[in-house]
Amino acid sequence: MPELLLELFSEEIPARMQARAAEDLRRAVTDRLVDAGLVYEGAKAFVTPRRLTLSVHGVPVRQPDLREEKKGPRVGAAENAIAGFVKAAGLRSISEARVQPDQKGDFYIAVIERPGRPALDVIAEILPEVIKSFPWPKSMRWGASSRQPGALNWVRPLHSIIATFGPETEEPDIVPFALDGIAAGNQTRGHRFLAPQPFTVRRFADYQHKLDHAKVVLDRGRRKSIILTEAKQLAFAQGLELIEDEGLLDEVAGLVEWPVVLMGSFDAQFLRIPDEVIRATIRNNQKCFVLRDGPHAKLVNKFLLVSNLEAEDGGKAIIAGNERVIRARLTDAKFFYETDLKTKLEDRLAKFHHIIFHEKLGSQAERIERIERLASELAPLVGADVAKARRAARLCKADLLTEVVGEFPELQGLMGKYYAQAQGEDEAVAHAIEDHYRPKGPDDVVPSEPVSIAVALADKLDTLACFWSIDERPTGSKDPYALRRAALGVIRLIVDNKIRLRLSAFGRQVFDYLHQLGGGIGDPFYAVEYRQKAVTDLLSFFADRLKVQLRDQGARHDLVDAVFALEGQDDLLLIVRRVEALGKFLDTEDGKNLLAGYKRATSIIRIEEKKDAREYTGAPDPKRYSLPEEKALAAAIDTAKTEATRAVEKEDFEAAMRAMAKLRPSVDAFFDKVTVNVGDKGLRENRLRLLNEIRAATRAVADFSKIEG
Amino acid sequence: MSQTVADLPPHMRPDRSFQGLILALQRYWADWGCVILQPYDMEVGAGTFHPATTLRALGPKSWNAAYVQPSRRPKDGRYGENPNRLQHYYQFQVILKPSPDDLQDLYLKSLYAIGIDPKIHDIRFVEDDGESPTLGAWGLGWECWCDGMEVSQFTYFQQVAGFECAPVAGELTYGLERLAMYVQGVANVFELNFNGRDGVQKVTYGDVFLQAEQEYSRHNFEAADTDMLFEQFRMAEAACRKYLEAGWSSRGGSNRGRHLMALPAYDQCIKASHVLNLLDARGVISVTERQSYILRVRELAKACGEAWLATEGGRGV
Repeated sequence: MPELLLELFSEEIPARMQARAAEDLRRAVTDRLVDAGLVYEGAKAFVTPRRLTLSVHGVPVRQPDLREEKKGPRVGAAENAIAGFVKAAGLRSISEARVQPDQKGDFYIAVIERPGRPALDVIAEILPEVIKSFPWPKSMRWGASSRQPGALNWVRPLHSIIATFGPETEEPDIVPFALDGIAAGNQTRGHRFLAPQPFTVRRFADYQHKLDHAKVVLDRGRRKSIILTEAKQLAFAQGLELIEDEGLLDEVAGLVEWPVVLMGSFDAQFLRIPDEVIRATIRNNQKCFVLRDGPHAKLVNKFLLVSNLEAEDGGKAIIAGNERVIRARLTDAKFFYETDLKTKLEDRLAKFHHIIFHEKLGSQAERIERIERLASELAPLVGADVAKARRAARLCKADLLTEVVGEFPELQGLMGKYYAQAQGEDEAVAHAIEDHYRPKGPDDVVPSEPVSIAVALADKLDTLACFWSIDERPTGSKDPYALRRAALGVIRLIVDNKIRLRLSAFGRQVFDYLHQLGGGIGDPFYAVEYRQKAVTDLLSFFADRLKVQLRDQGARHDLVDAVFALEGQDDLLLIVRRVEALGKFLDTEDGKNLLAGYKRATSIIRIEEKKDAREYTGAPDPKRYSLPEEKALAAAIDTAKTEATRAVEKEDFEAAMRAMAKLRPSVDAFFDKVTVNVGDKGLRENRLRLLNEIRAATRAVADFSKIEG
Repeated sequence: MSQTVADLPPHMRPDRSFQGLILALQRYWADWGCVILQPYDMEVGAGTFHPATTLRALGPKSWNAAYVQPSRRPKDGRYGENPNRLQHYYQFQVILKPSPDDLQDLYLKSLYAIGIDPKIHDIRFVEDDGESPTLGAWGLGWECWCDGMEVSQFTYFQQVAGFECAPVAGELTYGLERLAMYVQGVANVFELNFNGRDGVQKVTYGDVFLQAEQEYSRHNFEAADTDMLFEQFRMAEAACRKYLEAGWSSRGGSNRGRHLMALPAYDQCIKASHVLNLLDARGVISVTERQSYILRVRELAKACGEAWLATEGGRGV
């Protein structure tokens, strides 16, 4: 069966867009092929800096013929009905229709046959559509054609298009279409400098083969593996180890068509700069890899660059040039680092008075002041030294004003630690400066040193409460202040370190500080109700985050709701423990049956309440218990409630659940022997109230109504 | 077409002489068909601010020009102590409208003309979208790397002064000092050979500019009169608006006719932009304030662009 080859040859496509573009091209073309009835066998897309390529094989030569039967009016129907049918079915006269009897009589049937079109013609319509509507994140116009409105848009100027279609054994056809003066053809070019001459191709196999000869490795995966293999070999030959970097590898594979890895070096005196700074300099600015002596060893004064050229001089000029640039960059970095060391962290703080944290939330200095206060209040709760927590909080943002962090924002925190150590701060303080941003994501480590925990919590709680106070909350995919990450960070800090904390108290605390320090928040905020609502909203945001977190760990998120629905739940650690205990309980036979009994009781009450348009709450009257099962249930509820409440007070949630389990036989027996809907109105009401007591009792451990299943 | 580097006398060779590099680029683009202009006679932050780029990039007329533009970035001053940073430097700017289909090749040949052979040097186009918030301009393109060194910016202007470019212009900006350091093999900008001579006849970049870097750094960071600068900003803004208003050939109504004073108005916009950079270097405007000043300059640039499109140079026909 025929195959389609498409190549879109352009000026350099940004590396970060390439992988996505290949996938988008494959999907856009193949979806349209399938929609057009051209079911293909396989498709593969490729991308280099200068070309997007798609190969689709096993495409049918033509679309299948379509045959459709259309039922018309009854034989002998009104003339205009028949005329309408003839027209709609595209017949010349009614004599072309067949007559088919069914139970109701004889009907006209028109058979409409649409022959399939040649695939080549269909593809010639599909490809221009795909190209014109291609979803580049950013695209542009260029050249003389950009005078006209509606000119072709592409990621960078598009120069040529290969589009061939045909069976393996024959000379394929060129798909006949043109866009903005570019006619599809069968020619492309190789490497920009190593093989710039145009050449002709037939189909994917010879295309890829010829590209290989023209110094273009078409497959991105292959380019990556060439780079990695060459890099490791070069490192190994020198007895060194490559520091692998997947993100950088991805990027450089998108910057070359013919990767050639070369090794350069820099003056060893630069090794006095922290490794991370060297790495950031060489990686971010020069897109080169760094090397070390062995696992966990320090960096060495060598780097690996990935060039796009088999140079005539073996790469001498390229290495020399890169070395010169890296020397200049490291000179800058060393200068920045040494300049930074001359100023103590605390001497930088004054500047924060002039730096706005957020228009409505005051300056960075005020923010630091709040974090400091919060950290010193949190310190005793997490077992940290108050003075150290306060000191760390005071210094934790100071490195934002250093030259190195200005240049490499991703080194914030880390540089703060180095500078703190250099000025002789306590180790716990230095670590807290680095760790207070943690955990930065779901895979990041959670700080476990008490001082770090205090500052990390203070920083995040301040951020959350601040943005809640001005009604800036994440919506949908928008979360510009990374508040979801902050909340998740709080949850992990608390749960992993088993910290007891009343969140609402700290939320209110931040609001008070904001008030005292005069953040620019508006007057409505000072209304008590507004602040209460902000705290409640913040707690439910935590509940949502906790649900996501637990769901990711495979736990049931409905149980989080069941616990949060109880009054005053703002201690995350207790909530998590209770959810765990509840989960285990519901896995037991007792738990399942109690939940079933609970559901049965509530559904009876709901139905009866609806029927009578009233509620059945309030304590039942013990004198009206007539059956032993009623009395037994009442007694069991009493015991369970008392025991569970006592256990919850002691924070022993397993014991609370065990107390609940004792309810089960009496509930089962009640449903077995007792009829609720009896004629005696008073008796019926009393029994409904008793059922309601089950509902009330279970609230000692959770709101069972939120539990699914 | 153009000479090769080897044909040049030693003192004119781009790999020996800063001025030789400039002359080689001018020669190359003149041979291609550009108008070779001289620098604009005002303080600007980049070659893009020259009306030959900002304004000429707007409107339907073809336009091909190249020029050196001394550029001032007051904040980048380092008192002449940093081997790579300057508060005053040169850009070589090429603007071609509409962008020719072989613009990348033209650019690569221009590198060849200054002695950069793509058979031994690794030349790369790395994504970098050009954006000038003050000019309301943006385009897509790359920074051009030679052996890991960024030597030029390459931009296809999509919008200037808030207006769509139709047709699109291609802009090439060569960082002349960097390029010269590269081809001369010099690690410190002040050691560049300026005139390509040896011995006592040799003049270095430092001979020409080191004192200026020291003096202007003092001025930019310590002495520039900020009260005066605030006032100058205000005055330039007001003057720009005034000239724009006065320039419309017919007033009122939806059809404002031709504009007769777009260029003088635009000068005031340039002025405001430079004054803003000086204020920024003095550290007297906060981040949020800075943003609002940038917006004010952008509004001027947009109004100037609108006016330009109603002038002889900016219109069709």
